[in-house]
Amino acid sequence: MPEQYQDVIIAGFGGQGVMLIGNLLAQAGMEYGLEVSFIPVYGAEMRGGTANCTVVMDKHPIGAPLVREPLSTIVLNEPSLAKFQPRLNPHGVQVVNASLVEAGLVDAARRSVCIPANDMAHELGNVKLANMVALGAWLKATAVLPLAVVQEALKRVVNAHYANLIPINARALEAGYNFA
Amino acid sequence: MSTEQRILIKGNEAVAFGAVDAGLRCYFGYPITPQNEIPEALSTLLPERGGQFVQAESEVAAVNMLLGAAACGVPSMTSSSGCGLSLMQEGISYMAGSHIPGVLVNMQRGGPGLGDIGPSQGDYFQAVKGGGHGDHRNLVLAPATAQECYDCMFRALALAFKYANPVLVLGDAIVGQIKEPVRRVPPADAVSEKTLAALAAPWRMEGYGKRGPDAQPRLLKSVYLAEGALAERNRLLAQKYAAMQAECAWECTDVEDATLVVVAFGSVARIARSTIRRLRAEGVRVGLFRPLTLFPFPAEALLALLPGRRFLVMEQNLGQMVEDVRLALFGQPGVTPATVQWHGIMPGLFVNADDLREPMLQALKEAF
Repeated sequence: MPEQYQDVIIAGFGGQGVMLIGNLLAQAGMEYGLEVSFIPVYGAEMRGGTANCTVVMDKHPIGAPLVREPLSTIVLNEPSLAKFQPRLNPHGVQVVNASLVEAGLVDAARRSVCIPANDMAHELGNVKLANMVALGAWLKATAVLPLAVVQEALKRVVNAHYANLIPINARALEAGYNFA
Repeated sequence: MSTEQRILIKGNEAVAFGAVDAGLRCYFGYPITPQNEIPEALSTLLPERGGQFVQAESEVAAVNMLLGAAACGVPSMTSSSGCGLSLMQEGISYMAGSHIPGVLVNMQRGGPGLGDIGPSQGDYFQAVKGGGHGDHRNLVLAPATAQECYDCMFRALALAFKYANPVLVLGDAIVGQIKEPVRRVPPADAVSEKTLAALAAPWRMEGYGKRGPDAQPRLLKSVYLAEGALAERNRLLAQKYAAMQAECAWECTDVEDATLVVVAFGSVARIARSTIRRLRAEGVRVGLFRPLTLFPFPAEALLALLPGRRFLVMEQNLGQMVEDVRLALFGQPGVTPATVQWHGIMPGLFVNADDLREPMLQALKEAF
């Protein structure tokens, strides 16, 4: 069990599955025995612009569900990099979707994991898996939760109607985890 | 740490689960963000249990349906946000005037007017000072977590029936939208549906002849036109509101050695708790007083903390609860205007623990 408090802002276009991996991470954290909170930033941003959510995990009951300087981020598109890279905690790590974000925009002074999530997802057979690939890379970078706990939690988060897609989502998490 | 029975749900969903588990039979409401998960969940949960879910044509219709169902002694509720509650105020006043129980949830959004869909505590005055016309009071509960949203629905229904009075659950966009682990287990002080029914037995509308041929007709009303009748009614109401003082509830964290006590409720209180934990780790002597009931306001408990301490009221509005804190403390020996400080967060903003740090440190500097 991690000794440290951890938080993450997950951001991307509406439709990239930002809320899904936020929910998955919070569900997995809870099943792992942690206190967790998930909060979406919703509203006009949902369509077209950037959508984001914040997940906090801790051993203690969680007070603030929102953070000014996140200890980590998962950035799935360029507008989200512009918004959240400047806010990243100096000791934090960002997982950046290199398929959609220009490499030159990533601040070299920050700890970054640049992963071609869309390309890897495409190779797995469905570009919609990019969110899972990115989350897999985040799990490796932060070591907050074991990969298997998150894969197992898919059963509770993915709608029963799409249960047939759980194995491919689990593989996408693993591909991201094993990247680099 | 036990993981048993924990489910990850939004505060809004926790309200719905808590309400049905506490014995809710009827829901009437009209959609508005940020509380839509309440009717969404209840639209499935209530019919499954033989209850009634009605999406009303407006908030005005919803509150009057609530009045009608509650007058029959049926555990009932509505929910809305901000401007929706404003529309319901006439009905709430009628319920209070008629001794009719009902639960109303307000997941506050930014105001005034249509405002925005972000968090706010701007409806504090409306909730705790009555809100509708005439002299009336609502019991007001202030949950801060999804678990408290679940638990407080039991308390809300029990209090509504105990006092035959409207009970407001005052959350906000953060409390409603946050997803957290919840144990779906009735709290220790949960009241059974049988108890609710027994509390309503002396006054509820049951239909002609149901109570036998000799039963006297019943009338629930708020209109008293005969000379002296309304005065008598208000005397009764005043006694009821005074009796409600027994329901004061609050929570103290880290206050024992604190020189500064932050006074906050709902989402701001939980965020302040994070800030306080970090300041405590740095050796800063700051604590938290969190009212769990806003009416009645736990003034005596606050007063008990007075010796040697000063207070910083933090709330997401332009200064509302601070007036109740001042009422509780002013006039006491040694209290000066500087004893109670205030920090407001503008409605609509999403605040974090860092945002509250400087105001606390500043208040400490000024405190002594």
